[in-house]
Amino acid sequence: MTARLNAPPSWLKPGVHLLVVLPLLYLSFGWAELLWLAPGSLRLTAEPVAYTHNQLGLMAIRLLVAALAVSPIHRLTGWTPVMSLRRMLGLWAFAYASIHLGFYLLMELDWSLADLWKEALKRPFIFAGLLAFLALLPLALTSTRAAIRRLGGRRWQRLHKLVFLAGIAAAVHFILRVKGFQIEPFVYLGLLLLLYAVRLMPSRKRATPARSLPA
Amino acid sequence: MRYFPRPDWALPDSAATPEGLFRNRRSVLAGLGAAGLLPSLALPAPALASTDVARLAPLKSKRTIATAETPTPLEAVATYNNFYEFGLDKGDPAENAASLKPSPWTLKVGGLVKKPLTLDVDKWIAALPLEERITRLRCVEGWSMVIPWVGTPLAALVKAAEPLSSAKYVRFTTLADPAQMPGLRLPALDWPYREGLRIDEAVHPLAFLAVGLYGRRLPNQNGAPLRLVVPWKYGFKSIKSIVAVDFVERQPLTSWNQSQPREYGFYSNVNPDVDHPRWSQATERRIGEFRKRATLPFNGYGAEVARLYKGMDLAKYF
Repeated sequence: MTARLNAPPSWLKPGVHLLVVLPLLYLSFGWAELLWLAPGSLRLTAEPVAYTHNQLGLMAIRLLVAALAVSPIHRLTGWTPVMSLRRMLGLWAFAYASIHLGFYLLMELDWSLADLWKEALKRPFIFAGLLAFLALLPLALTSTRAAIRRLGGRRWQRLHKLVFLAGIAAAVHFILRVKGFQIEPFVYLGLLLLLYAVRLMPSRKRATPARSLPA
Repeated sequence: MRYFPRPDWALPDSAATPEGLFRNRRSVLAGLGAAGLLPSLALPAPALASTDVARLAPLKSKRTIATAETPTPLEAVATYNNFYEFGLDKGDPAENAASLKPSPWTLKVGGLVKKPLTLDVDKWIAALPLEERITRLRCVEGWSMVIPWVGTPLAALVKAAEPLSSAKYVRFTTLADPAQMPGLRLPALDWPYREGLRIDEAVHPLAFLAVGLYGRRLPNQNGAPLRLVVPWKYGFKSIKSIVAVDFVERQPLTSWNQSQPREYGFYSNVNPDVDHPRWSQATERRIGEFRKRATLPFNGYGAEVARLYKGMDLAKYF
Protein backbone atom coordinates (compact mmCIF):
# COMPACT_ATOMS: atom_id res chain seq x y z
CA MET A 1 0.00 0.00 0.00
CA THR A 2 2.76 2.45 1.04
CA ALA A 3 4.71 1.65 -2.11
CA ARG A 4 1.73 2.57 -4.27
CA LEU A 5 1.14 5.79 -2.37
CA ASN A 6 4.75 6.85 -2.92
CA ALA A 7 4.79 5.93 -6.61
CA PRO A 8 5.40 9.06 -8.70
CA PRO A 9 2.39 10.42 -10.58
CA SER A 10 2.35 9.08 -14.12
CA TRP A 11 2.95 12.52 -15.70
CA LEU A 12 5.98 13.41 -13.62
CA LYS A 13 8.79 11.62 -15.44
CA PRO A 14 7.56 12.12 -19.02
CA GLY A 15 6.86 15.76 -18.19
CA VAL A 16 10.39 16.36 -16.90
CA HIS A 17 11.92 14.45 -19.83
CA LEU A 18 10.03 16.71 -22.23
CA LEU A 19 11.03 19.89 -20.39
CA VAL A 20 14.66 18.89 -20.35
CA VAL A 21 14.88 17.82 -23.99
CA LEU A 22 13.31 21.06 -25.29
CA PRO A 23 16.54 23.15 -25.33
CA LEU A 24 18.26 20.35 -27.25
CA LEU A 25 15.40 20.23 -29.78
CA TYR A 26 15.55 24.01 -30.17
CA LEU A 27 19.30 23.91 -30.83
CA SER A 28 18.85 21.04 -33.30
CA PHE A 29 16.13 22.93 -35.10
CA GLY A 30 18.33 26.04 -35.16
CA TRP A 31 21.15 24.08 -36.77
CA ALA A 32 18.84 22.40 -39.28
CA GLU A 33 17.68 25.90 -40.22
CA LEU A 34 21.25 27.22 -40.53
CA LEU A 35 22.50 24.30 -42.58
CA TRP A 36 19.52 23.62 -44.84
CA LEU A 37 16.37 25.69 -44.34
CA ALA A 38 17.48 29.29 -43.89
CA PRO A 39 21.24 29.88 -43.94
CA GLY A 40 22.04 33.15 -42.23
CA SER A 41 19.21 32.79 -39.73
CA LEU A 42 19.97 34.59 -36.49
CA ARG A 43 17.90 32.24 -34.32
CA LEU A 44 21.06 31.01 -32.57
CA THR A 45 22.56 34.54 -32.64
CA ALA A 46 25.09 35.71 -35.21
CA GLU A 47 27.65 33.33 -33.67
CA PRO A 48 25.71 30.05 -33.48
CA VAL A 49 28.78 28.01 -32.56
CA ALA A 50 29.54 30.00 -29.40
CA TYR A 51 25.82 30.15 -28.58
CA THR A 52 25.53 26.37 -28.86
CA HIS A 53 28.62 25.79 -26.68
CA ASN A 54 27.19 28.13 -24.05
CA GLN A 55 23.65 26.76 -24.05
CA LEU A 56 24.79 23.12 -23.85
CA GLY A 57 27.16 23.92 -20.98
CA LEU A 58 24.52 25.96 -19.16
CA MET A 59 22.00 23.13 -19.44
CA ALA A 60 24.56 20.63 -18.13
CA ILE A 61 25.35 22.69 -15.03
CA ARG A 62 21.69 23.56 -14.43
CA LEU A 63 20.71 19.88 -14.58
CA LEU A 64 23.57 18.98 -12.26
CA VAL A 65 22.26 21.52 -9.76
CA ALA A 66 18.73 20.12 -10.26
CA ALA A 67 19.91 16.53 -9.68
CA LEU A 68 21.74 17.57 -6.53
CA ALA A 69 18.69 19.46 -5.31
CA VAL A 70 16.46 16.36 -5.41
CA SER A 71 17.48 14.84 -2.06
CA PRO A 72 17.36 18.14 -0.13
CA ILE A 73 13.93 18.88 -1.63
CA HIS A 74 12.78 15.44 -0.54
CA ARG A 75 14.08 16.05 2.97
CA LEU A 76 12.52 19.48 3.11
CA THR A 77 9.08 18.58 1.73
CA GLY A 78 8.82 14.87 2.41
CA TRP A 79 7.48 14.45 -1.13
CA THR A 80 8.88 11.03 -2.03
CA PRO A 81 8.01 10.99 -5.78
CA VAL A 82 10.63 13.68 -6.41
CA MET A 83 13.28 11.04 -5.71
CA SER A 84 12.30 9.27 -8.93
CA LEU A 85 13.80 12.25 -10.82
CA ARG A 86 17.29 12.09 -9.40
CA ARG A 87 18.81 9.52 -11.73
CA MET A 88 17.20 10.94 -14.89
CA LEU A 89 18.30 14.50 -14.06
CA GLY A 90 21.84 13.27 -13.45
CA LEU A 91 21.85 11.32 -16.70
CA TRP A 92 20.49 14.32 -18.60
CA ALA A 93 23.23 16.49 -17.10
CA PHE A 94 25.73 13.93 -18.37
CA ALA A 95 24.03 13.86 -21.79
CA TYR A 96 24.26 17.66 -22.16
CA ALA A 97 27.87 17.59 -20.88
CA SER A 98 28.71 14.90 -23.47
CA ILE A 99 27.16 16.86 -26.34
CA HIS A 100 28.91 20.01 -25.04
CA LEU A 101 32.27 18.20 -25.12
CA GLY A 102 31.49 16.52 -28.45
CA PHE A 103 30.55 19.85 -30.04
CA TYR A 104 33.80 21.36 -28.74
CA LEU A 105 35.79 18.46 -30.19
CA LEU A 106 34.01 18.79 -33.52
CA MET A 107 34.05 22.57 -33.94
CA GLU A 108 37.31 23.57 -32.24
CA LEU A 109 39.59 20.53 -32.35
CA ASP A 110 38.57 18.47 -35.41
CA TRP A 111 38.05 15.40 -33.18
CA SER A 112 41.69 15.34 -32.12
CA LEU A 113 41.93 13.81 -28.62
CA ALA A 114 45.64 14.67 -28.62
CA ASP A 115 44.70 18.35 -29.04
CA LEU A 116 42.10 18.02 -26.29
CA TRP A 117 44.81 16.75 -23.95
CA LYS A 118 47.17 19.56 -25.00
CA GLU A 119 44.50 22.20 -24.47
CA ALA A 120 43.55 20.72 -21.08
CA LEU A 121 47.14 20.90 -19.87
CA LYS A 122 47.62 24.41 -21.23
CA ARG A 123 44.35 26.02 -20.15
CA PRO A 124 42.93 25.67 -16.64
CA PHE A 125 39.39 26.30 -17.86
CA ILE A 126 39.52 23.38 -20.30
CA PHE A 127 41.13 21.25 -17.58
CA ALA A 128 38.29 22.03 -15.18
CA GLY A 129 35.65 21.26 -17.81
CA LEU A 130 37.27 17.97 -18.74
CA LEU A 131 37.63 17.06 -15.07
CA ALA A 132 33.91 17.67 -14.55
CA PHE A 133 33.08 15.43 -17.49
CA LEU A 134 35.46 12.65 -16.39
CA ALA A 135 34.00 12.78 -12.87
CA LEU A 136 30.48 12.33 -14.29
CA LEU A 137 31.46 9.50 -16.64
CA PRO A 138 31.73 6.66 -14.06
CA LEU A 139 28.50 7.86 -12.45
CA ALA A 140 26.63 7.58 -15.75
CA LEU A 141 28.15 4.15 -16.38
CA THR A 142 27.02 2.86 -12.97
CA SER A 143 23.55 4.36 -13.04
CA THR A 144 21.65 1.10 -13.59
CA ARG A 145 20.10 -1.04 -10.86
CA ALA A 146 22.34 -3.90 -11.95
CA ALA A 147 25.44 -1.74 -11.41
CA ILE A 148 24.27 -0.75 -7.94
CA ARG A 149 23.78 -4.43 -7.09
CA ARG A 150 27.15 -5.38 -8.52
CA LEU A 151 29.01 -2.64 -6.62
CA GLY A 152 27.04 -2.92 -3.42
CA GLY A 153 25.12 0.01 -2.02
CA ARG A 154 27.87 1.45 0.13
CA ARG A 155 30.58 1.32 -2.53
CA TRP A 156 28.16 2.72 -5.09
CA GLN A 157 27.35 5.62 -2.79
CA ARG A 158 31.01 6.32 -2.17
CA LEU A 159 31.70 6.33 -5.92
CA HIS A 160 28.79 8.69 -6.53
CA LYS A 161 30.29 11.28 -4.19
CA LEU A 162 32.27 12.19 -7.32
CA VAL A 163 29.26 14.32 -8.23
CA PHE A 164 30.56 16.94 -5.80
CA LEU A 165 33.87 17.09 -7.65
CA ALA A 166 31.99 17.32 -10.95
CA GLY A 167 29.86 20.20 -9.72
CA ILE A 168 32.75 22.26 -8.36
CA ALA A 169 34.85 21.60 -11.46
CA ALA A 170 31.95 22.62 -13.73
CA ALA A 171 31.40 25.86 -11.80
CA VAL A 172 35.13 26.67 -11.90
CA HIS A 173 35.10 25.94 -15.65
CA PHE A 174 32.30 28.50 -16.04
CA ILE A 175 33.96 31.12 -13.79
CA LEU A 176 37.24 30.85 -15.70
CA ARG A 177 35.48 31.12 -19.04
CA VAL A 178 33.82 34.52 -18.76
CA LYS A 179 35.38 37.94 -19.29
CA GLY A 180 35.49 40.53 -16.54
CA PHE A 181 33.62 40.04 -13.27
CA GLN A 182 30.30 38.32 -13.90
CA ILE A 183 27.87 37.19 -11.26
CA GLU A 184 26.12 34.32 -13.06
CA PRO A 185 28.85 31.64 -12.75
CA PHE A 186 29.26 32.48 -9.06
CA VAL A 187 25.51 31.93 -8.58
CA TYR A 188 25.96 28.34 -9.78
CA LEU A 189 28.98 27.85 -7.51
CA GLY A 190 26.97 29.25 -4.60
CA LEU A 191 24.00 26.97 -5.33
CA LEU A 192 26.27 23.92 -5.51
CA LEU A 193 28.02 24.81 -2.25
CA LEU A 194 24.62 25.35 -0.61
CA LEU A 195 23.43 21.94 -1.80
CA TYR A 196 26.59 20.33 -0.43
CA ALA A 197 26.26 22.20 2.86
CA VAL A 198 22.69 21.01 3.53
CA ARG A 199 23.96 17.43 3.22
CA LEU A 200 26.42 18.04 6.05
CA MET A 201 23.65 19.10 8.41
CA PRO A 202 22.29 16.35 10.70
CA SER A 203 19.18 14.76 9.22
CA ARG A 204 15.89 15.67 10.87
CA LYS A 205 14.65 12.07 10.95
CA ARG A 206 17.41 11.05 13.32
CA ALA A 207 17.15 14.21 15.38
CA THR A 208 13.40 14.00 16.08
CA PRO A 209 13.24 10.65 17.93
CA ALA A 210 16.30 11.58 19.98
CA ARG A 211 14.60 14.73 21.24
CA SER A 212 11.26 13.01 21.79
CA LEU A 213 12.80 10.45 24.17
CA PRO A 214 12.61 12.41 27.45
CA ALA A 215 9.03 13.47 26.80
CA MET B 1 9.45 76.20 -56.87
CA ARG B 2 12.44 74.42 -55.36
CA TYR B 3 14.35 71.85 -57.25
CA PHE B 4 16.03 69.01 -55.42
CA PRO B 5 18.81 67.61 -57.55
CA ARG B 6 19.18 63.86 -57.35
CA PRO B 7 22.45 63.09 -55.54
CA ASP B 8 24.86 60.91 -57.47
CA TRP B 9 24.95 58.29 -54.70
CA ALA B 10 21.23 57.61 -54.88
CA LEU B 11 20.05 54.36 -56.41
CA PRO B 12 17.24 54.66 -58.96
CA ASP B 13 13.86 54.01 -57.34
CA SER B 14 13.48 50.89 -59.42
CA ALA B 15 16.52 49.36 -57.75
CA ALA B 16 15.31 49.84 -54.21
CA THR B 17 13.16 47.38 -52.30
CA PRO B 18 10.06 49.19 -51.03
CA GLU B 19 10.71 49.90 -47.35
CA GLY B 20 7.57 48.14 -46.13
CA LEU B 21 8.45 45.01 -48.04
CA PHE B 22 12.03 45.19 -46.79
CA ARG B 23 11.05 45.72 -43.16
CA ASN B 24 8.48 42.94 -43.32
CA ARG B 25 10.64 40.54 -45.29
CA ARG B 26 10.46 37.98 -42.50
CA SER B 27 6.69 37.85 -42.63
CA VAL B 28 6.83 37.78 -46.43
CA LEU B 29 9.13 34.77 -46.16
CA ALA B 30 6.84 33.26 -43.55
CA GLY B 31 3.94 33.73 -45.96
CA LEU B 32 5.88 31.96 -48.69
CA GLY B 33 6.61 29.22 -46.18
CA ALA B 34 2.97 28.92 -45.22
CA ALA B 35 2.09 28.70 -48.90
CA GLY B 36 4.45 25.76 -49.15
CA LEU B 37 6.90 27.72 -51.31
CA LEU B 38 9.70 27.63 -48.80
CA PRO B 39 10.83 24.65 -46.76
CA SER B 40 10.40 26.24 -43.37
CA LEU B 41 8.94 25.32 -40.02
CA ALA B 42 6.44 27.54 -38.29
CA LEU B 43 8.63 28.77 -35.42
CA PRO B 44 8.94 32.56 -35.41
CA ALA B 45 12.46 33.98 -35.70
CA PRO B 46 13.72 35.77 -32.58
CA ALA B 47 13.07 39.48 -32.18
CA LEU B 48 15.51 41.86 -33.80
CA ALA B 49 17.20 44.94 -32.42
CA SER B 50 15.04 47.45 -30.65
CA THR B 51 16.92 50.17 -32.53
CA ASP B 52 15.23 50.15 -35.89
CA VAL B 53 18.33 50.16 -38.07
CA ALA B 54 16.37 50.95 -41.23
CA ARG B 55 15.26 54.27 -39.71
CA LEU B 56 18.71 55.62 -38.94
CA ALA B 57 19.69 58.70 -40.92
CA PRO B 58 21.58 57.92 -44.15
CA LEU B 59 25.10 59.30 -44.58
CA LYS B 60 26.82 60.35 -47.76
CA SER B 61 30.36 59.05 -48.04
CA LYS B 62 33.14 58.13 -50.40
CA ARG B 63 34.60 54.62 -50.23
CA THR B 64 38.34 54.75 -49.57
CA ILE B 65 39.21 51.29 -48.23
CA ALA B 66 37.67 48.03 -49.34
CA THR B 67 38.46 44.35 -49.13
CA ALA B 68 37.65 41.34 -51.28
CA GLU B 69 36.02 39.75 -48.25
CA THR B 70 32.24 39.72 -47.94
CA PRO B 71 30.93 42.21 -45.38
CA THR B 72 29.13 40.65 -42.41
CA PRO B 73 25.35 41.11 -42.84
CA LEU B 74 23.96 44.21 -41.11
CA GLU B 75 21.57 42.08 -39.05
CA ALA B 76 24.53 40.23 -37.52
CA VAL B 77 26.56 43.43 -37.01
CA ALA B 78 23.63 45.02 -35.18
CA THR B 79 22.65 42.05 -32.98
CA TYR B 80 25.97 40.57 -31.87
CA ASN B 81 27.73 43.14 -29.71
CA ASN B 82 29.97 43.51 -26.71
CA PHE B 83 28.79 46.71 -25.03
CA TYR B 84 28.71 45.85 -21.33
CA GLU B 85 27.01 49.15 -20.47
CA PHE B 86 23.88 47.47 -21.88
CA GLY B 87 24.36 43.94 -20.52
CA LEU B 88 26.78 41.05 -20.71
CA ASP B 89 25.11 38.87 -23.37
CA LYS B 90 25.88 39.49 -27.02
CA GLY B 91 22.19 40.15 -27.67
CA ASP B 92 21.73 42.53 -24.72
CA PRO B 93 22.99 45.74 -26.40
CA ALA B 94 20.58 45.33 -29.31
CA GLU B 95 17.75 44.74 -26.85
CA ASN B 96 18.61 47.42 -24.29
CA ALA B 97 20.41 50.22 -26.13
CA ALA B 98 17.21 51.99 -27.19
CA SER B 99 17.57 53.95 -23.92
CA LEU B 100 20.75 55.61 -25.23
CA LYS B 101 20.17 59.13 -26.56
CA PRO B 102 22.85 59.73 -29.22
CA SER B 103 21.46 63.11 -30.19
CA PRO B 104 22.20 65.75 -29.03
CA TRP B 105 25.69 64.64 -28.06
CA THR B 106 28.70 66.64 -26.95
CA LEU B 107 32.27 65.52 -27.50
CA LYS B 108 34.94 67.22 -25.42
CA VAL B 109 38.50 67.23 -26.68
CA GLY B 110 41.00 68.47 -24.12
CA GLY B 111 44.07 67.81 -22.02
CA LEU B 112 47.47 68.79 -23.39
CA VAL B 113 46.22 70.71 -26.45
CA LYS B 114 46.42 74.21 -27.79
CA LYS B 115 42.80 74.18 -28.91
CA PRO B 116 40.38 72.40 -26.59
CA LEU B 117 37.21 71.60 -28.52
CA THR B 118 33.60 71.12 -27.54
CA LEU B 119 31.78 69.58 -30.47
CA ASP B 120 28.08 69.27 -31.15
CA VAL B 121 28.40 65.87 -32.75
CA ASP B 122 25.38 66.17 -35.07
CA LYS B 123 26.65 69.44 -36.53
CA TRP B 124 30.18 68.10 -36.69
CA ILE B 125 29.05 65.00 -38.62
CA ALA B 126 27.05 67.16 -41.04
CA ALA B 127 30.15 69.23 -41.79
CA LEU B 128 32.55 66.29 -42.20
CA PRO B 129 33.76 64.90 -45.50
CA LEU B 130 32.86 61.27 -44.73
CA GLU B 131 34.70 58.15 -45.88
CA GLU B 132 33.50 54.59 -46.09
CA ARG B 133 36.02 51.93 -45.10
CA ILE B 134 35.37 48.22 -45.17
CA THR B 135 37.65 46.77 -42.54
CA ARG B 136 38.00 43.65 -40.44
CA LEU B 137 37.11 43.70 -36.76
CA ARG B 138 38.74 40.95 -34.65
CA CYS B 139 37.34 40.48 -31.15
CA VAL B 140 39.71 39.33 -28.40
CA GLU B 141 37.22 36.49 -27.80
CA GLY B 142 38.08 34.85 -31.11
CA TRP B 143 35.39 35.98 -33.55
CA SER B 144 35.57 38.52 -36.35
CA MET B 145 33.43 40.56 -38.72
CA VAL B 146 33.93 42.65 -41.86
CA ILE B 147 32.16 45.99 -41.47
CA PRO B 148 31.57 48.91 -43.83
CA TRP B 149 32.18 51.83 -41.46
CA VAL B 150 31.45 55.47 -42.28
CA GLY B 151 33.48 58.16 -40.57
CA THR B 152 36.61 60.23 -40.62
CA PRO B 153 40.28 59.59 -39.85
CA LEU B 154 41.08 60.13 -36.18
CA ALA B 155 44.14 62.11 -37.27
CA ALA B 156 41.88 64.95 -38.44
CA LEU B 157 40.48 65.43 -34.95
CA VAL B 158 43.95 65.16 -33.40
CA LYS B 159 45.26 67.84 -35.72
CA ALA B 160 42.29 70.12 -35.09
CA ALA B 161 43.02 70.08 -31.37
CA GLU B 162 46.71 70.89 -31.90
CA PRO B 163 48.27 68.69 -29.19
CA LEU B 164 51.26 70.06 -27.28
CA SER B 165 54.60 68.32 -27.70
CA SER B 166 54.21 66.93 -24.18
CA ALA B 167 51.13 64.94 -25.29
CA LYS B 168 52.27 61.33 -25.80
CA TYR B 169 49.01 59.41 -25.48
CA VAL B 170 45.32 59.87 -26.19
CA ARG B 171 42.67 58.72 -23.73
CA PHE B 172 39.08 58.06 -24.82
CA THR B 173 36.11 57.87 -22.45
CA THR B 174 32.67 56.36 -23.02
CA LEU B 175 29.50 57.90 -21.63
CA ALA B 176 28.60 56.52 -18.18
CA ASP B 177 25.02 57.52 -17.50
CA PRO B 178 23.05 55.00 -15.40
CA ALA B 179 19.80 56.52 -16.68
CA GLN B 180 20.70 55.52 -20.24
CA MET B 181 22.88 52.49 -19.55
CA PRO B 182 21.30 49.75 -17.40
CA GLY B 183 24.51 47.67 -17.45
CA LEU B 184 26.34 50.19 -15.27
CA ARG B 185 24.59 48.62 -12.28
CA LEU B 186 26.85 45.57 -12.70
CA PRO B 187 30.47 45.79 -11.59
CA ALA B 188 31.74 44.02 -14.74
CA LEU B 189 34.31 46.79 -15.26
CA ASP B 190 35.36 50.00 -13.55
CA TRP B 191 33.10 52.56 -15.26
CA PRO B 192 33.32 54.73 -17.27
CA TYR B 193 34.87 52.60 -20.00
CA ARG B 194 38.22 54.06 -21.05
CA GLU B 195 40.62 53.25 -23.85
CA GLY B 196 43.84 54.72 -25.12
CA LEU B 197 46.31 54.95 -27.98
CA ARG B 198 49.85 56.15 -28.31
CA ILE B 199 49.79 59.42 -30.23
CA ASP B 200 51.57 57.94 -33.26
CA GLU B 201 48.92 55.21 -33.34
CA ALA B 202 46.19 57.82 -33.10
CA VAL B 203 47.43 59.75 -36.13
CA HIS B 204 48.01 56.61 -38.20
CA PRO B 205 45.81 56.81 -41.31
CA LEU B 206 44.07 53.52 -40.39
CA ALA B 207 42.84 54.82 -37.01
CA PHE B 208 39.28 55.88 -37.66
CA LEU B 209 36.40 57.64 -35.93
CA ALA B 210 33.21 55.95 -37.12
CA VAL B 211 29.87 57.71 -37.06
CA GLY B 212 28.01 55.18 -39.17
CA LEU B 213 27.93 51.74 -40.74
CA TYR B 214 26.23 50.34 -43.81
CA GLY B 215 25.61 53.87 -45.05
CA ARG B 216 23.63 55.06 -42.04
CA ARG B 217 24.27 56.60 -38.64
CA LEU B 218 25.55 54.09 -36.06
CA PRO B 219 22.94 51.93 -34.35
CA ASN B 220 23.05 52.60 -30.58
CA GLN B 221 24.33 49.11 -29.85
CA ASN B 222 27.31 49.70 -32.15
CA GLY B 223 28.43 52.78 -30.24
CA ALA B 224 26.33 55.72 -31.45
CA PRO B 225 26.92 58.49 -32.16
CA LEU B 226 30.67 58.06 -32.57
CA ARG B 227 33.22 55.38 -31.82
CA LEU B 228 36.77 54.44 -32.51
CA VAL B 229 37.71 51.83 -35.13
CA VAL B 230 41.29 50.57 -34.79
CA PRO B 231 41.26 47.63 -37.19
CA TRP B 232 44.68 46.21 -36.28
CA LYS B 233 43.82 45.92 -32.57
CA TYR B 234 41.38 43.69 -30.70
CA GLY B 235 37.84 45.00 -30.79
CA PHE B 236 37.71 46.28 -27.21
CA LYS B 237 40.21 48.99 -28.17
CA SER B 238 37.58 50.40 -30.55
CA ILE B 239 35.74 52.24 -27.78
CA LYS B 240 32.07 53.12 -28.29
CA SER B 241 29.85 56.16 -27.62
CA ILE B 242 32.77 58.49 -26.87
CA VAL B 243 32.18 61.63 -24.78
CA ALA B 244 35.77 62.71 -24.13
CA VAL B 245 39.12 62.62 -25.89
CA ASP B 246 42.05 63.73 -23.73
CA PHE B 247 45.68 64.19 -24.61
CA VAL B 248 47.98 63.05 -21.80
CA GLU B 249 51.66 62.60 -21.07
CA ARG B 250 51.65 59.12 -19.49
CA GLN B 251 50.13 55.89 -20.75
CA PRO B 252 46.49 56.08 -19.58
CA LEU B 253 44.80 53.43 -17.47
CA THR B 254 42.39 51.57 -19.76
CA SER B 255 39.39 49.55 -18.60
CA TRP B 256 40.24 45.97 -19.61
CA ASN B 257 43.94 46.42 -18.91
CA GLN B 258 43.07 47.73 -15.46
CA SER B 259 40.61 44.90 -14.79
CA GLN B 260 42.89 42.00 -15.86
CA PRO B 261 46.36 43.26 -16.76
CA ARG B 262 47.67 39.74 -17.42
CA GLU B 263 44.99 39.12 -20.02
CA TYR B 264 44.47 42.44 -21.78
CA GLY B 265 47.49 44.57 -22.58
CA PHE B 266 47.49 48.28 -23.34
CA TYR B 267 48.55 47.66 -26.94
CA SER B 268 46.33 44.64 -27.68
CA ASN B 269 47.46 44.40 -31.27
CA VAL B 270 45.92 41.38 -32.99
CA ASN B 271 48.64 38.74 -32.70
CA PRO B 272 48.18 35.03 -33.48
CA ASP B 273 51.49 34.24 -31.75
CA VAL B 274 50.57 35.64 -28.34
CA ASP B 275 47.74 33.64 -26.78
CA HIS B 276 45.26 35.03 -24.33
CA PRO B 277 46.12 33.23 -21.06
CA ARG B 278 42.85 31.33 -21.26
CA TRP B 279 42.42 30.72 -24.97
CA SER B 280 44.33 30.62 -28.24
CA GLN B 281 44.53 33.67 -30.52
CA ALA B 282 45.89 31.68 -33.47
CA THR B 283 42.48 31.26 -35.08
CA GLU B 284 39.17 33.07 -35.24
CA ARG B 285 35.64 32.38 -36.39
CA ARG B 286 34.32 34.82 -38.96
CA ILE B 287 30.70 35.52 -38.16
CA GLY B 288 28.62 33.60 -40.70
CA GLU B 289 31.20 30.83 -41.03
CA PHE B 290 31.32 27.64 -38.98
CA ARG B 291 34.96 26.61 -39.35
CA LYS B 292 37.76 28.63 -37.86
CA ARG B 293 40.27 30.54 -39.98
CA ALA B 294 43.83 31.65 -39.23
CA THR B 295 44.24 34.98 -37.47
CA LEU B 296 46.66 37.34 -39.21
CA PRO B 297 49.29 39.46 -37.45
CA PHE B 298 47.89 42.97 -36.92
CA ASN B 299 44.61 41.57 -38.27
CA GLY B 300 46.10 41.64 -41.77
CA TYR B 301 47.18 45.30 -41.58
CA GLY B 302 50.83 44.55 -40.81
CA ALA B 303 52.12 46.17 -43.99
CA GLU B 304 50.58 49.46 -42.83
CA VAL B 305 51.14 49.42 -39.07
CA ALA B 306 54.02 47.06 -38.17
CA ARG B 307 56.49 49.97 -38.39
CA LEU B 308 54.81 51.58 -35.36
CA TYR B 309 56.16 48.75 -33.21
CA LYS B 310 59.64 48.34 -34.66
CA GLY B 311 62.06 47.02 -32.05
CA MET B 312 59.31 46.32 -29.51
CA ASP B 313 58.92 42.87 -27.96
CA LEU B 314 55.30 42.20 -28.89
CA ALA B 315 55.06 39.30 -26.42
CA LYS B 316 55.97 41.71 -23.61
CA TYR B 317 53.97 44.67 -24.90
CA PHE B 318 50.95 42.55 -25.85
